[in-house]
Amino acid sequence: MSDWKFMARQLVKNPLSLAGIIIITVFAILAIFAPLIAPIPEGHRDPYMIPRDGYSATPQPPNEEHIFGTTEGQYDIFYGVIWGTRSAFRVGLVVIGIVVAIGIVLGSLAGYFGGIIDEVIMRITDIFLAFPALILAMAIVAAIGPSLRSVMIALITVSWPSYARLIRGDILQVREEDYIEASRGLGASSGRVIIRHALPNSIYPTLVMASLDIGAVVLAAAALSFLGLGAPEGYADWGQLTSFARNWIVGPPGNSLKYWYAVTIPGLFILFFVLGWNLLGDAFRDILDPRLARR
Amino acid sequence: MELRSYIIRRLLLLIPVLFGVTLFIFAITMLFSPIERASLYVTSARQMSDIPLIIETYGLDQPFFVQYANWIGQVFSGNLGWSRVVGMPVWDAIWSFLPATLELAIFATPLIILMGIFLGTQAAAHKDRPVDHGTRVMAIFGWSLPTFWLGLILLMVFYGYFRGLLPPSRLSIQMDMVVNSVEFIRYTHINTIDAILNLNGPVLLDALRHLVLPVITLSVTQVAFIMRLMRSSMLESLGKGYILTARAKGLAERVVVNKHARRNALIPVITVSGYVFAAMANGVVITETIFTYKGIGWWAWQSAVRLDIASVLGFALFNSVLFVLVNLVVDILYTRVDPRVRLGEAVQ
Repeated sequence: MSDWKFMARQLVKNPLSLAGIIIITVFAILAIFAPLIAPIPEGHRDPYMIPRDGYSATPQPPNEEHIFGTTEGQYDIFYGVIWGTRSAFRVGLVVIGIVVAIGIVLGSLAGYFGGIIDEVIMRITDIFLAFPALILAMAIVAAIGPSLRSVMIALITVSWPSYARLIRGDILQVREEDYIEASRGLGASSGRVIIRHALPNSIYPTLVMASLDIGAVVLAAAALSFLGLGAPEGYADWGQLTSFARNWIVGPPGNSLKYWYAVTIPGLFILFFVLGWNLLGDAFRDILDPRLARR
Repeated sequence: MELRSYIIRRLLLLIPVLFGVTLFIFAITMLFSPIERASLYVTSARQMSDIPLIIETYGLDQPFFVQYANWIGQVFSGNLGWSRVVGMPVWDAIWSFLPATLELAIFATPLIILMGIFLGTQAAAHKDRPVDHGTRVMAIFGWSLPTFWLGLILLMVFYGYFRGLLPPSRLSIQMDMVVNSVEFIRYTHINTIDAILNLNGPVLLDALRHLVLPVITLSVTQVAFIMRLMRSSMLESLGKGYILTARAKGLAERVVVNKHARRNALIPVITVSGYVFAAMANGVVITETIFTYKGIGWWAWQSAVRLDIASVLGFALFNSVLFVLVNLVVDILYTRVDPRVRLGEAVQ
């Protein structure tokens, strides 16, 4: 496992990826300890629904009770962004997990067996890749009815083909290797060869890069939520919190930045969350690049 | 000619993809009951009572593939259904909203390409020096920015703080009246071009003022992407033998970088134009929504939020056909730009 040690050392040495690691760790802590950081008010049933303090439309500035203020409809911004961290992790992990699973199954079938199986799977990916992703996702969400679950289904539908292709490519690279030939010669079943020999020797870099796509997935989900196609109103979700602020970006004359907190804070959470994953991803890309010398 | 047979082969390969795309879109519409689908053809409340008749005439209770055949026939004759949001056929809606979006693209595309190439070249030429690190951090930030949020922040500053300096929408009310008056001839429905053709300075200025923020919002992520791609492509190019030769000849570093290295480094950048197109199509929906810039993306958003399925799917179909064609053109261009590419290999 000297590979992993080498990687870890590279990541900690590089200030950018170190920043990424710190950012993601902070978000993980926020998500895990959400009930302690933003306690659920007594008698509140669903912790993922943001508690409201009245029904007035006008956002209220930060005060002792609401340290980030309230947004349109008196939803507490602090509670929303903290619990929204959980929503973000959930969307990211679920989508990436399922997409990678589909990618591994279809990609290794296509890559290992080749021929007609490969042809059919690849032509299907062609169809999905023939759409601009967000537009297809939007169409799917509109068709099956807006909700956070629909957003996840839509994002899975539009993103599995790229992973299937990447993993197919990985398998293709090792398919003709001697050790694959050898295990086949020893009478191992195709399933065994794929799972025990082909996959472990080829897909780790792809898996690492895929897991870092969590940032991109969360960004896309936030965009759909912002467009009003995601979580139900009042659900702790960064994209939706940002959209609540849409009518409040310009304050009254003489105090035009009056409602700055309503738009700025949820957006910063999205930005930093995605930034954390991208900082790590950028460093990984360098480490995995075989053209870079390693000692 | 080899090229001609390549193009013919690529066109033939499009058939199964487009067949699959239409089948997929159609399968989504089939998630709805015949009654719901019949109502997609309904253009007014009075027609509601005709729904059984519509189901009958359009055969909406027929087997899947019979219905698909009917539907694809309709699509080919230009009937994509009725857009409830704007009260006109989907196809007409696409054409009426397209000029506004084209106007955005006309300004954003050169910005993305020129900025991306310039910054990427600089980063590569100053590898591992402050310029390189600076542009790298900029790029990662650019990728991570939620564009919808960036748009709102820009509005907060340039529309709110600087009282109306750079407003949302396409034109101010006064200029909108000028544009819609009899004296103003709308040749293209692209405001800036029409303003120039009509020699109308105020309209041109007003249109440009409204374009600044949407164009920036639409471009940021793409500039970051092209810049990073250009950087790595340049680095590869700078390591080549002909660069060593050029340097050995005693050419100025500027000439080596700008003439010898960059020309060759541009090839991979051309090949991602398809990707850039897709990213723009995605970005247009968000950008136009934030700025209430009434183009095709704004219309798609309105349709999606109001669950106007005919419009959303028509929009998706339109985009995918366009995307497939863009990719075809890019692949053909690629074989022309880089003679080393053996025809057929570019398909993979």
